[in-house]
Amino acid sequence: MFELKGRKALVTGATGGIGGAIARALHARGAEVALSGTRREALEKLAGELGERVHVVPANLADTAEVEALVPAAEQALGGLDVLVNNAGITRDNLFMRMKDEEWDAVIAVNLTSAFRLSRAAVKGMMRRRFGRIVGIGSIVGATGNPGQGNYAAAKAGLVGMTKALAAEVASRGITVNCVAPGFIETPMTDALNDKQRESILGNVPAGRLGTGEEVAAAVVYLASDEAAYVTGQTLHVNGGMAMF
Amino acid sequence: MSDIAERVKKIVVEHLGVDAEKVTDSANFIDDLGADSLDTVELVMAFEEEFSVEIPDDAAETIVTVGDAIKFLEKNVAA
Repeated sequence: MFELKGRKALVTGATGGIGGAIARALHARGAEVALSGTRREALEKLAGELGERVHVVPANLADTAEVEALVPAAEQALGGLDVLVNNAGITRDNLFMRMKDEEWDAVIAVNLTSAFRLSRAAVKGMMRRRFGRIVGIGSIVGATGNPGQGNYAAAKAGLVGMTKALAAEVASRGITVNCVAPGFIETPMTDALNDKQRESILGNVPAGRLGTGEEVAAAVVYLASDEAAYVTGQTLHVNGGMAMF
Repeated sequence: MSDIAERVKKIVVEHLGVDAEKVTDSANFIDDLGADSLDTVELVMAFEEEFSVEIPDDAAETIVTVGDAIKFLEKNVAA
């Protein structure tokens, strides 16, 4: 079950904690993987670790031209594209009243608009091949909100709505579109928390611990698999029970 | 029937799974041939591939019948 042999996958933000775990997991299940991110060296390093069936396609998703060029580059490197994982994301946290337009715009551009453009580009070839898997990495924050993250929460909630609309449009063509919404996961982003912050977060997590990138990646593997063909427009929450829907 | 018309009709028959005799010049993709809006997008993509031509979105919107497609392609495909 959940074999991805022969599948061709593009993962954005592949140098991040969760993105790297997703790329590794897809690769381990047999997929050929294109790694995208802004830091070429880090991408090359991950590619070196994975060995074969790996390509590096750097892109800065804040740059419209680079976004537009990414799917064609990945399709060329991979010889097609079956699985798109819109994982790349940034934060520009600020209290709502202090949030600058630039902070709002930057987060919407990278976390939401780039996912729209990449999905639009990818779905064309997927329609032709009558198979596709698009997985957006959302966040618990998109469903619950979080102080200081008005921009991030809006982008992540937007991703969920976009996922449902696209899922409805392309379901008849063998393409599924879903989200995975992580809660608090051990990454460089959460390493920055101090002990007090960590403790207060864990007080809200019934599982009593942070999640791992691998646990998020496993949900992506499932949604990318042939077995998940009848699951579309959904958001799979991976959060240790922190919020239940 | 021109070569282009023949190729267009073949694509329509294959893609929509309709009888060839229904695919007349005046046949409307959606009203007469049972296409949905996504089918029309796919047909335009198929025409682009078959004829190695780009059909911009504003032109694609004007292609609602088989004859519209043939006319557009006859005008825009290098012989």
